[in-house]
Amino acid sequence: MTAETVGATPRRKRKWPLLLAFLAPALVVYVVFVLYPIAQGIRYSLFDWNGLEPLTEFVGLENFGQAFGDKVFRGALGHNAIIVTLTLLLQLPVALFLAVLLDRDLRGRALMRLLFFAPYVLSEVVTAVVWRQIFRPDGLLDAGLSAATGTQVQGLWIADPSIVLYSVFFVVSWKYFGFHMILMLAGLQQIPDELEEAAAIDGANWWQTFRHITLPLLGPTVRVSVFLAIIGSLQLFDLVWVMTGGGPVDASNTMATYLIDWGFRRSQFGYASAVSVIIFGLSLVVALGYQRWVLSRDVDGALTVGGA
Amino acid sequence: MVDLALGRREGREPTRAYRGHSPISRGLLYLAAFTVLGAIIIPVAYAVLGGFRDTPQLAADPAGLPDPWVFTNYLDVLGSGSFWQQVWNSTLIAGVTVALVLPAASLAAFVIARFEFRGREWIYTLFTLGLLFPVAVAILPLYVVVRQLDLINTPLGVVLPQVAFQLPLSIVILRPFFASIPRELEEAAILDGAGSLRFYWSVLLPLSRPVLSTIAVLAVVTSWNAFLLPLVVLTDSGGWTLPIGVTNYSTQYTTDTARVLAYTTLAMIPALLFYAVAERQIVRGLIAKGIKG
Repeated sequence: MTAETVGATPRRKRKWPLLLAFLAPALVVYVVFVLYPIAQGIRYSLFDWNGLEPLTEFVGLENFGQAFGDKVFRGALGHNAIIVTLTLLLQLPVALFLAVLLDRDLRGRALMRLLFFAPYVLSEVVTAVVWRQIFRPDGLLDAGLSAATGTQVQGLWIADPSIVLYSVFFVVSWKYFGFHMILMLAGLQQIPDELEEAAAIDGANWWQTFRHITLPLLGPTVRVSVFLAIIGSLQLFDLVWVMTGGGPVDASNTMATYLIDWGFRRSQFGYASAVSVIIFGLSLVVALGYQRWVLSRDVDGALTVGGA
Repeated sequence: MVDLALGRREGREPTRAYRGHSPISRGLLYLAAFTVLGAIIIPVAYAVLGGFRDTPQLAADPAGLPDPWVFTNYLDVLGSGSFWQQVWNSTLIAGVTVALVLPAASLAAFVIARFEFRGREWIYTLFTLGLLFPVAVAILPLYVVVRQLDLINTPLGVVLPQVAFQLPLSIVILRPFFASIPRELEEAAILDGAGSLRFYWSVLLPLSRPVLSTIAVLAVVTSWNAFLLPLVVLTDSGGWTLPIGVTNYSTQYTTDTARVLAYTTLAMIPALLFYAVAERQIVRGLIAKGIKG
């Protein structure tokens, strides 16, 4: 990491204008469109503001109180929590299983890798529109299930408030498991074959080898995957917005859809900003905490500077 | 970088640890793989084939094949000016985004990777902080900034924020790569009378082509799929990008499933083609994101 300039100390002073000139384009754009908006968002969150008038009605932390007092927001927060939990319990294990599968001498695995990962490249919008058609009453899913079970199935996959969130989770997994699979596959391929061979020679069966050799060595990759999945689930938006709009009756709202609904549909910029501060506060806490307690063991220093 | 790891065992003998598998468990593994494969392919095939049917056909048997084949859905979309306008808008915005991300990120990463100066790590941390904030979380104040700069309904109003939000990942990927280029090369360049800019341009960039293509590809994919930012910035239908066009079309023809599927299929083809061509860069970039993210 430390490739100092070749020019020794006397020349370094003259480097400053050059350094600044090189850094300037990135810094300016970054400050104007990332840091300044984030700071402004924190400021807006303290006001009652419709986004247009001058910012005058200071309300302190009232917006935050209102958010946590709103059943719909608490519901959205709960939905994010459910998606995070299901992702960790179902999506990532499936991704790991498939990665292990593709790490082996399976015929056609190059093609499978290509196809498993393909949904990741599709936009969430396209994904949502296609699945919305599939979920229609008497749509493809109903027809498939009817044919498979021999009975007439009609599920209200995205119209029933008690089911919709699980349908959303399924589609999220459909789109993202390939990403985690690719990460884990890369991790698996850095584990030397010799270790697994040695275990086999010692008489370990496949499961013992996996449990005691592969999985521990894959630990760092799995932890990164878990981290990205949590952050991603906390910020879930496009897919839900297009597929269900957060409905029916708020049953699939996430914090982000709630935020956009209040910000752009109801023009409550101050209140919605408070919601966005909550989301990035949560993300920051998760990120720092995770890094401090979980990731730091693996990389020891390599990530500490890395922030995220 | 990492891609050498992918497919490392391709074509090798199966490792000893795995050899003892019974035909039954092998069969189960294939079954699992094919189930997932079906779950991936069927929705896409449904969209593609559905576009060749009409809505009564789809209603009568959602799982059937086109009978007869209907071409009007696709032809209507391909014949409509707004579809091509959206393709052009998406292309323009993705192109300009990449054209700005590459120089901005590489210059900044060059300074951070190869110069010692006070505040260096601080600046780097500042950039990496951005990895935590997707556009959605900052969208309200971002919208206000774009409005203040009078960029609403302009491509730049989407491009500039996208560039800003793409910088963190790009710099995080570039820095270690730039830092790993041997100092001897830089010394040799200086001896030949090259300045820093010359070294950056004639030595560093050409050597970094693979990693530059990775960040370019990631920027294209992100821009192409972006939804929320163009949704709030581009309110005028002439400026819409494809994702906005798709959502709008699907609400406009909400009862005409076949048309919606045709439009959606045509909208996903560019992304899939791009994936077919640039799969390696995408995968490499995401693995880097995983490792450093």
